[in-house]
This record gives sequence, structure tokens and C-alpha cells, in this order.
Amino acid sequence: MAGALLAQWPQLRPANASISAGRIDHLYFFLTGLTLFFTFAIFATIFYFMIKYRRRSEQERPPATEQSFALELTWIIIPSLICVFVFLWGASLFFAAARPPQGAIEIFVVGKQWMWHLQHPEGQREINQLHVPVDVPVRLTMTSEDVIHDFFVPAFRMKMDVVPGRYTSEWFQATQPGSYHLFCAQYCGTLHSGMTGTIEVMTPTDYAQWLRDNSTTESMVQTGQQLFTRLGCDTCHLADGSGAGPALQGRFGKPLTLRDGQTRVMDEAYVRQSIFDPGSLPLPNYRPVMPTFRGQVSEEQILQLIAYIKSLGSGERTQAP
Amino acid sequence: MSTAVAEVPVETRIHYLNASYGIKSWLFTTDHKRIALLYLGSITLMFFIGGAMAVLMRLHLIEPAGALVQPETYNKLFTMHGVVMLFFFLVPSIPATLGNFLVPMMIGARDLAFPKLNLLSWYVYITGATFTLYALISGGVDTGWTFYTPLSSHYLTTHVIAAATGVFINGFSSILTGLNFIVTIHKMRAPGLTWKRMQLFLWSIYATSVIFVLATPVIAIALFLVVLERAFHVGIFDPAIGGDPVLFQHLFWFYSHPAVYIMILPGMGVVSELVTCFSRKKPFGYMFIAYSSMAIAMISFFVWGHHMFVSGQSVYAGFIFSALSFAVAIPSAIKVFNWTATLYKGSISYQAPMLYALGFIGLFTMGGLTGLFLASMATDIHLHDTYFVIAHFHYIMVGGAVMGYLGGIHYWWPKITGRLYHDGWARFAALVIFVGFNLTFFPQYMLGYLGMPRRYAVYPSEFQVLNVMSSAGASILGVGYLIPFIYLLWSIRYGPVAGSNPWGAKGLEWETPSPPPTNNFQEPPVVAEEPYGYAEPEHAHV
Amino acid sequence: MSESAATNPLAAPPAHRASPALHHQFEELEQQYDASNFGMWVFLATEVMFFGGLFTAYIIYRSIYYPGFVAGSHGLEGDFGAAMTFILLASSFTMALSVHAAREGKRAMLVVLLLLTIFLGIAFLGIKFTEYGHKWHEQMVPGLNFNPSVEALRGAPGNAVELFMCFYFFMTGLHALHMIIGIGLLSVMTILAWRGKIRRDNYDRIEVSGLYWHFVDIIWIYLFPLLYLVGGRYK
Repeated sequence: MAGALLAQWPQLRPANASISAGRIDHLYFFLTGLTLFFTFAIFATIFYFMIKYRRRSEQERPPATEQSFALELTWIIIPSLICVFVFLWGASLFFAAARPPQGAIEIFVVGKQWMWHLQHPEGQREINQLHVPVDVPVRLTMTSEDVIHDFFVPAFRMKMDVVPGRYTSEWFQATQPGSYHLFCAQYCGTLHSGMTGTIEVMTPTDYAQWLRDNSTTESMVQTGQQLFTRLGCDTCHLADGSGAGPALQGRFGKPLTLRDGQTRVMDEAYVRQSIFDPGSLPLPNYRPVMPTFRGQVSEEQILQLIAYIKSLGSGERTQAP
Repeated sequence: MSTAVAEVPVETRIHYLNASYGIKSWLFTTDHKRIALLYLGSITLMFFIGGAMAVLMRLHLIEPAGALVQPETYNKLFTMHGVVMLFFFLVPSIPATLGNFLVPMMIGARDLAFPKLNLLSWYVYITGATFTLYALISGGVDTGWTFYTPLSSHYLTTHVIAAATGVFINGFSSILTGLNFIVTIHKMRAPGLTWKRMQLFLWSIYATSVIFVLATPVIAIALFLVVLERAFHVGIFDPAIGGDPVLFQHLFWFYSHPAVYIMILPGMGVVSELVTCFSRKKPFGYMFIAYSSMAIAMISFFVWGHHMFVSGQSVYAGFIFSALSFAVAIPSAIKVFNWTATLYKGSISYQAPMLYALGFIGLFTMGGLTGLFLASMATDIHLHDTYFVIAHFHYIMVGGAVMGYLGGIHYWWPKITGRLYHDGWARFAALVIFVGFNLTFFPQYMLGYLGMPRRYAVYPSEFQVLNVMSSAGASILGVGYLIPFIYLLWSIRYGPVAGSNPWGAKGLEWETPSPPPTNNFQEPPVVAEEPYGYAEPEHAHV
Repeated sequence: MSESAATNPLAAPPAHRASPALHHQFEELEQQYDASNFGMWVFLATEVMFFGGLFTAYIIYRSIYYPGFVAGSHGLEGDFGAAMTFILLASSFTMALSVHAAREGKRAMLVVLLLLTIFLGIAFLGIKFTEYGHKWHEQMVPGLNFNPSVEALRGAPGNAVELFMCFYFFMTGLHALHMIIGIGLLSVMTILAWRGKIRRDNYDRIEVSGLYWHFVDIIWIYLFPLLYLVGGRYK
């Protein structure tokens, strides 16, 4: 039995499979060294004092030691400097993790009890699995249909909560082909521990092949366009701007000013809010007549509409639907 | 100190334990010492209930597919373990037992400012515990001790309202206890007892009480809103009407972060008392230790967002929370260094209380430093909601707070009961606990780094070896906790009679007989000296 | 055992034999009075934190859903709100006078003023519950019958108005609960005063009750504009 356990002796590091992983590991190892150093130093000092100054007779009355302001300052300042250093290091890595590079593949994720629905821009859908190419940045835009979940890939050192009612996003760039654990890391009910899957990182050729093998008749943009017509959006949002609502061509990603003077950027969150809560975003020069679509569209359909609106251009046209 | 102590044999002397008999004299007592014992009994019961959950969980986790229970049951086990251990054991542990017993004695008073309120506090605790145990017995709750919405408010079908109500009610017990301590320490110190002459245990209880009073109401309102949302199926956390479930997290953690300092500060106060007594030295850096307790209490209110770095919280808010989380580590470091320096050139003895104190210092250092991994935003991305967090907080709460609690119980046991326990067994138990604890929780750091999420009833098989190690440690730890239960109870009847000051310690509580009379001091003692006068010439001590 | 106070643990010290109102844990009446006042202030600090969570949530949602909050607020009965404010302010006045009467040892006046304060508190609650009844008829109660008419929405999105109404009921309901507790507390004080149990050396219980009552009043002073006067009402 011992042999079987030993054979399974755990590796001490998770796979290092993204560009962030190595950088975060450096900070992790520094902190490990720091922890072990100070823990050992304290234990050793205590142990040494315990032996050297052990009580030798009941009558012992050791004299008081002089207080030392200098010593107090030293052990305040040095830990503080270390803390500032670690804070800055961690904050800068986090800041980078929060900013996806340009040209990232956009993947849309909807979490629900107890599975992951993912969709590629070309329309391929996956459940509990995500196929991605190596060495290409991938950005996940995520929401939940029910409770809060969390999309965690240990090998990428990547984690972000998936929240109902809003979008969250995270990005990664895989560095090694392979199959990596995907875990839900926010307790979400009975089968929380079953809400797992894998990220399949493939070489570019294999990925292209996979896309072909799994191609659907419709990309997200096409599905979105159909929804846009079926729900009647195109009756107000005319392309020439003569309708009751503003034209959406070339608007995604651009800033706009609301009636009260606030500036917002038309990003995914803005589009979702204007579909569910149009009254909360009144525009100058337009009457607030847009109805709410709350209850009429699912989260996945919103993501498809967003894909379509994005395709209407943010200045330059992307691929034709 | 001016109070002379006449030693009358225990059998004929009247003290707080034999001043009156009968169940009514206990259930309607207003004597802070008896109330402390009422708490001691209740929290010990809750500790073993919470511990039983832990035993079941660790047994279940020896198999990747789960060895013992269904996932629904496992979810209830970890929820109840957390709720019972945090709210009904750790939060009241030192304040309601040792704090209630010692605060009036250490300041030279006859009782707390509001003795009847103190008794009410205990009854409120019992009421809260009853609601929670009802939730447990009638099928359990599976929200996690964190009650996150919308899971708890809209999706679960278990007894969420009963459990949340139990925690809500229990909060008032904390608030009343904290209120009592604050007023007592401000208004009832003996003549000559200035703030700077107070024992460090009092400073830590005071800092804890400030947190009790200011933070606890916020979790009360958070849980109250969850209960309303559950009852009326609509509320301010409901995304369907535009509510924000993350708002619950802000309200919850606004309390629950300071709450963890409620759990550790009293333990630090105990350690200050133990280290000074068992090295016969006054504390190195008294004012630094005292003020660091206040600094921890204050800064702790501004770091709650470090539980929410990946919740969708703004990156800039995250920066502030991260920076302040590093800041709150500094006062704790100050204490650790000062305790270590107190040992320098001391006269150190190794009785069980001292072993617990030294264990606390080492394990708290490790636990606290692993907090830096979580305060640092980048590493927190990877480690959040994994076993690393579980290891971190158990190092602090079990390796720190529980060992501080046990050290304090052992140290003041002679004062409380008038009896000495068997120190050999006590040292043995301390060692077993230390070994069992490390074997249980050190592997969990590694599990977390490897990526095993917390609250998982089943897990990938590559995590099995570390889980088995952890479960093996847990069985040792469980045995370790049973041993003191046995010899301490045994000592009440059969232990040798303790004098008023068996440790040769300095402190007003040691100036009374063991056990003390109901009124502690007939006239308040007049304090003319600095505390911890170990280097001063001896007064006559028995 | 000897009878002297120094060695008999059960004999009372001199100050206690002088004043029966002095509790055993205190040395002097002034210390006891100080402690009870300070204790109530600490308790009020906890109440500030308790309501504070709700107020914080309110502020956040008001900034996100302002039109809905304006609409919801305009649907409340401002005259009732004003009346309730005036009633509570008057009750704080009578409460303050009652503390003065207690300090002066004027039993009859104390009882009358406490009864007046209670009566005003009950009047406040009467109006509040009438308002709740109206909201029920208008189908504006979230979770129970929220189904507002188009006029009631005043052009704002329904979900935002529903959120406002959640805050309206939670905040005023919690306040009303505190009023009920306060009325209970004052009723006990009235009975004690009637029985002659409030004297110059133990009137701090009236003062402490007064502090609580004033606090509940101040909460209302914040609630009234935040709930009833959103978006300017009397343009």
C-alpha cells in the first residue's frame, strides 16, 4: 500500500502552461522562501533561547532587559519594505492579467449549475471543454445563468468569478499543448465538485482542423444577426440612423455621452445593460422608448447579439457574416 | 499590590463555586466567573460538534470519489463545520470564557459593568446555537459558512433561514459582550490602574471588543437581508431585478474579515501573558504590543476586499485592499518579534501553557506569512478558493487561536478551579496536537498550490496522497484534543489543590485565592506599580 | 469569620450601605451613572453600523437606478412622511422633558411626559401602517403583490421601482421595529415611574432610554429625505 502511495507521490508544481504561470510562480517561490526563512528563523531563535535561558532554579529573577526603540524600528521598517516590494510585484502582475492584449480570440462562457457552456466566435459550441490554439491570447467573456461560479484553470494560474447579471472576463495565452484541468472554484451547490472540465491546448494546425471538424452552419455573428431581426431590433436601430434608435454601425468599443453628461464606452456590459435596462441609459436626442427584453433573451443569446453588434464594426469592418 | 490574601483551607473557605448551590444559582447567576463557566461548557460542546463534522469530512476525503457520504451531505458537513466552529466556538472562545472570568479581576473590580447583560449574552448565545443546531438536526444547511447569494437566497432548498437566524441572534451575544468589556475597561479600573499599566491581555480584549461592537452589526444586516430575500423571493441581491449579488459579499466580508481578528487578538493577549510569566520577564516593547492590538483592530476594517479580488471587483479597489492587507501584517509581525525578544535572558520553564504559547508563535508566524500569498493579488488569483486558503486560515485559527485558547485554559485553570492538572499529560497532549496539526494542514498548502479547489466532495486522483496525509494528521489531532478534555475534568475532583499563584505570575488576578471569592476584591486594590514587575524584589507569595 | 468589611467577603462596603440604588460592582453612584450612559452610547454605535449597511446599499442602488428611485419616491405619500417627521420630533421633545422631570424627581410630570412620548410613538406607527396598507392596495409590495400600474411607474423601469420599494419597506420596517422596541422600553419606564421607583439617584435609566429614543428619531430624520424627497418633490 505504501508502495502504491509512493508511486503516486505528488508532483510539487502544477503544470506551467501559460505566460502568466511562470511569472506568478516566481512571486510564489519568493514568498515561499520568505515564509520558510522567517518561520525557521523565529522557530530557531525561540528554540535557542529556550535552551540557553532555561530556568535553572526556582529562585531565578532575571533582570529586566532594556527596551530598544532602534530594534523596534528595525523590525518594523524591514518587514514594511518587504511588504511594499511584494505588493508592487503582485499588483503589477495582476494589472497585466486584467488587460488582454489585442487580437485575442474571443470565447464566450456561460456557467450554470453544474456545467460550462462555451462558444467560439465561429459558432462552435462546447460543453465542459475548451479547445484553443497554443501561443495565441484567448479572452473569455463570462456570465452565469444562475448562481456565482468561477472559471479556474490551475495550469494557467487563472481564475475569475462568473456572476449572474454581469460579465466578467479573463485572458490567457497557453504555452504548451496538453489537456489541463478546468475547475469551478466558487461553491455553487450540490454538484460544485462535478462542475469540472478540461482545456485542450492544441498546435495551430490541430486547432484549425478541430475548427473545421466541428464547424457549425452558423457563426455567433450570424445567429446574432438573426436574433436582431427576429426580436425587432432592426425596426428602430436602422443602419442609416433615421429610426427611433441610434444606428449601431461603427459604434462598438467607442465612447458615448448619456443624457446626464456621463461618458460610457459601448462594451459588452453596456450592450447587455441597454438590452435589459434601457431606461437606465437615456441618450440625448432620443426618446426613451426602447422596451426591456428582460426575460425574453437568454445569456447566450445576448452574447450572440453582442457578437453581431461588434461585427458591425468599430471603425473597421471585420469578416463578413 | 495592597490586598493581603489570607489563605483559608479550600474546604471551609467560601468562594464563587460553593457560595451557592443548585441549578438555579447557575442559570440565574450574574457572577462573571460563573457565566464564564457556562460559556466554557457550551462552547466546548460546540467545539466537539464542529470537530465531529471535520472528522467526517477528512474520513470522506481519503478517496478521490469520496469515501463516506453523498455530495449533498458533504456540502452540509463543511457548511456546519464552518458555521459552528467560527460563530459558536472561535468568536466567543477566549472573550466569553477567559475574558469574562479575568477582565474584572485584572482591573481590580468586583464584576463587569453590566452583570445581568452578561447573563443575557449567554442566553442569546444559547438561543442562536439552538436555531443553528435545529438547522443541523432537521437536515442541515449547505450554503457554506459564507452564505453567498444568489445561491443562499434563491437556489437552495435547505434550512437556510434557520441557520442564518441562528448566526444573526448569536451576533447580539458578541455585541453585548463587547459592549460590556468596553464600558468595564473604560470606567471600572482600580485606582492607579492607568491604561499603560494594564496587562496586555486587557489591551487585546479591548481591541477585540471594539471589533465586536462595530463589525458584528454589519453581518447581522447582511444575513437579515438574505433571510428577507429568501422569504419574499425578491430583494436587493437579486440579479433578476437588477440587484447585485456581489453586494452581499461586501457586506459579509466587512464583518468577516475583522471577525478573524476577533478570533486571533485574544489569543495574542494570552500569549503575551504566558510568555512573560514563563520567562519571568516583563514584555519587550509593552507599548508596541499594546498599540499593535489597536492598530490591527483599526486596519482590519479596511481590508475586506482581499476576499474578492476575483469577484469582479474593480482592479483599483483591489490595489487598495491589497496594500492595506500588507499593512495589517506589520503589527502582527511586531508582536512576534517582541514576544521572541521577551525570551532573551529570561528564566524559561516549559510547562504546558508555555508550550502552547511557543507553538502559537511559530504556527501563527507561518500562517500569517502565508497570508501574504493571499494579500498579493497575483498569487491570490491562483490560490483563492483552493486548499491553500484553508491551510492558511487553519494555521492561524487552529495553530494560533485554538492553541492560545488551550494555553490560556491551562494557565488559568488553577485560578478558575482551585486545582492543578497533571502537567506531564498536558505537555504530551500539546505535543500530540502540534504534530497532528501540522500533519493535517501542511499538505493542504501543497494541495492548494496544485490547484485543488476547496469545498470539493470529489477530486482528481492525483490529489489523493496529500489528502490521505492530511486525514491521517486529522485523526492524530482529534485524539490530541480529547486528552485535555479528560485530564482537565479529572483534575477538578482529584487534582492537587492549587495555591493562589502556582506559577509565580504577576497580575491582579493572582492576588486572589484560587478559586476566588464571588466579589473578587472587597475594596478595589490600589495599583502603584508598573505591570509585569518580575525583576522587582519579591513580595511574599504563597 | 470576622465581621469587618476588610475580611468578610459578604459584607457590603460603606458606599453601598449608603445608597440602595448603587449596584454592587460599582464604587460610587457617579461611576454607575457614567457607565450606563457610556454603555448606551456604545450600543447606539452598533445600531449605526446596523442601519449603516442598509444605508450604504441604498446609496449604491440610488446612484445606479436613479430614475426608478425618483419614480418610487414620488409614489410615496409626502404628507404622511412630513406628519411622521413632525410627530417624532415632538416625541423627542417630550422625551427630553421627561429626562428633566426625572432628574428633578417630579414623578407625576415624568409619568405624563412618558405617556405623551409613547402616544406620539404609537401615532407614528399608526400612520406608518396606514401607509403600508395603501401600498398594498396599490400593489406595490415586492415579493407579495408587486404589480404596479403604468401611472405608478412614472416612466421608470419596473425593476428599478421594485428595488426602491424593497428599500422602502426594509428601511422603514426596520425603523418601525426599533420604534416598537422603544415604545416597549418606555412603557416599562412608565410603570416604574408610576410605582415611584425612579428617583434622583437612579434616573439614569430614563436618560438612557431617552438616548435610545432620540437615536431612533435621528434614523427617521435620515430616512425621510432619502425615501420621500428623492428627485425634488415640490417643483
